[in-house]
Amino acid sequence: MSKYTEDDLKKELETKQYEYGFYTDIESDTLPMGLNEEIIIAISKKKEEPEWMTEWRLDAYKKWKEMEEPEWANVKYEKPDLQKISYYSAPSNKPKYNSLDEVDPELLETFKKLGISVDEQKKLAGVAVDVVIDSVSVATSFKDTLNEKGIIFCSMNEAIKEHPDLVKKYIGTVIPKTDNYYAALNSAVFSDGSFCYIPKGVKCPMELSTYFRINEAGTGQFERTLVVADKGSYVSYLEGCSAPSRSENQLHAAVVELVALDDAEIKYSTVQNWFPGNEKGEGGVFNFVTKRGLCENNAKISWTQVETGSAVTWKYPSCVLKGKNSVGEFYSIAVTNNFQQADTGTKMIHLGENTKSTIISKGISAGKSQNSYRGLVHISPRAKNSRNFSQCDSLLIGNACGAHTFPYIETKNKSAQIEHEATTSKIGEDQIFYCNQRGIDTEKAIALIVNGFSKEVLNKLPMEFAVEAQKLLEISLEGSVG
Amino acid sequence: MLEIKNIHANIEGKSILKGINLEINPGEVHAIMGPNGSGKSTLASVITGKEEYEISDGDILFENESLDEVSPEERAHKGIFMSFQYPIEIPGVTTTNFLKTAINETKKARGEKEMSAKDMLKMLREKSQLLDIDSKFLSRSINDGFSGGEKKRNEIFQMAMLEPKLAILDETDSGLDIDALKIVANGVNKLKNKNNAILVITHYQRLLDYIVPDYVHVLFDGKIVKSGDKNLALELEKKGYDWIKEESKNK
Repeated sequence: MSKYTEDDLKKELETKQYEYGFYTDIESDTLPMGLNEEIIIAISKKKEEPEWMTEWRLDAYKKWKEMEEPEWANVKYEKPDLQKISYYSAPSNKPKYNSLDEVDPELLETFKKLGISVDEQKKLAGVAVDVVIDSVSVATSFKDTLNEKGIIFCSMNEAIKEHPDLVKKYIGTVIPKTDNYYAALNSAVFSDGSFCYIPKGVKCPMELSTYFRINEAGTGQFERTLVVADKGSYVSYLEGCSAPSRSENQLHAAVVELVALDDAEIKYSTVQNWFPGNEKGEGGVFNFVTKRGLCENNAKISWTQVETGSAVTWKYPSCVLKGKNSVGEFYSIAVTNNFQQADTGTKMIHLGENTKSTIISKGISAGKSQNSYRGLVHISPRAKNSRNFSQCDSLLIGNACGAHTFPYIETKNKSAQIEHEATTSKIGEDQIFYCNQRGIDTEKAIALIVNGFSKEVLNKLPMEFAVEAQKLLEISLEGSVG
Repeated sequence: MLEIKNIHANIEGKSILKGINLEINPGEVHAIMGPNGSGKSTLASVITGKEEYEISDGDILFENESLDEVSPEERAHKGIFMSFQYPIEIPGVTTTNFLKTAINETKKARGEKEMSAKDMLKMLREKSQLLDIDSKFLSRSINDGFSGGEKKRNEIFQMAMLEPKLAILDETDSGLDIDALKIVANGVNKLKNKNNAILVITHYQRLLDYIVPDYVHVLFDGKIVKSGDKNLALELEKKGYDWIKEESKNK
């Protein structure tokens, strides 16, 4: 059988109306607002979870109650009232709109700029998709390829029911329930998410993407993802979508756990574009995410992220380099405009010998936004001959924004080598004039300069994603220079 | 092609250009010479539309249309090009990518179709051969870490790619050794034809040995105080600018 790639799938999707994949047929209903033990039991029941999962959630809830919301990040916001949130809302199958004409034209304009197909636009905006033609075959061929290799890729709900042993073995092992306030909250109430398992020695033949199994725009505010790459396996996982997510939920607290066993490699790429609030800084999503990966011997985890959305972002995709010779990488572009605030970075925890980590962070601030890089490099006493290279570059556009860098370095082994480079630059008027003189207008000039600045990270993204990300950077910074 | 009529320009309230008149026709090469601070580079900035200069009087016409209220990029689309005295670095943006954007933006503004990748590559190859530029050069970030000579050559390469009607060479000779100067000047000569015009702004005569002007103008204290042919440049080289200063004072 010839290899069926994600590209093939995409091509098919472009020409076909679709509604496919891991579609869960739950009727729409919503639990009352507030958080207590009954609510958690109710969530677990709605999801028909086994008892151990209910217990797990309850335990997380108990611990969460004792915890306090952290305040150390370089962001200011009004704390969300967690009793005013409804913690369960089943995905509704009813379309929000009957046709694209009813959708906010501004949103459609953005879709167009991103080059998103009409069908995709409908899906993302919540428009009823017309008659389903031959959708089953698409989903089947996609799933068949994975099944053949023994790869499990399904929703977290499904995994808890169908693959309880795997979930039980790994959930919460990288990010304990008590890790932090929002991780504990997520553990108690997580709505759904994705589960992925790659068996021993298997190289996943396509890029796995949540994009392909979204029931509707926005998969809920408390997502939980678990990716397990067994010994010697490889997977590239794409999360998110460049299309703007006009979520009605103010708070998003996701948890992503990655486990790379001996000789395994996980590449995890994210493009995040949650609603950042309007130009006055009103509204917008709070994105408080905990992401961490564990590397066993000779394993490698690589995080690549392009963050352009959210009003407040608080996110540190990290690597625990437990095994010998394991490698952790973090490549990030974080863009803030208007009144956005981002405090993002990574933690590289070197536990094993000969472990290596690379951090490339590109922060771009415009408008009145504040963009902070916060990174920890920790070398434990037994992490002999460990190496880290960090590079943090900040680019400022205009005079009213801020860029901050908070590097933390803790070394407990003398043989470690750590390098840290940081630069801050500003898009100069002379650069803009130079572009203008060559016929490039100011908006396009900024896009060009920003893309150049972000190139090292954009190059790390899978091709398809990189093109979208590039356009996204352009759109995010539109109007950032008067 | 270009008509400068009694242009007066200020920067931060300071008067720099005090009534300049100049007419440039297709196929002509003009040189503007003058001592430091006479307003040479300001003139280039005013023609290209740099915002920090305020035009207090006069007008500039390009192909019979006033450039007043025309943005720098629109002037570029009309065919005005400047080789910068200090070319600007844009890290991470290759010369190829930069030029692709510049050409396609210009085409878009003119209502033409974008250039295909194939045609673009062909043109890049032809022009780089014409100017004897190594193709590796094109995949480097524009001006980033370039030597002085490389930067100026890159400017002329951009000129070759953009095919302007009017090219202003602002102190293109500054910072070049004699070999680099020859290469750059040869490049300009190859691009010269009867439909385009060149305005060379320079401090020294030596560039004019290679790019031979039809007209030479001497700028002093914001005014053109003397015009002539290429011999005027030689005279200036021999006698310096002092006699011009004297002459203009006595007027």
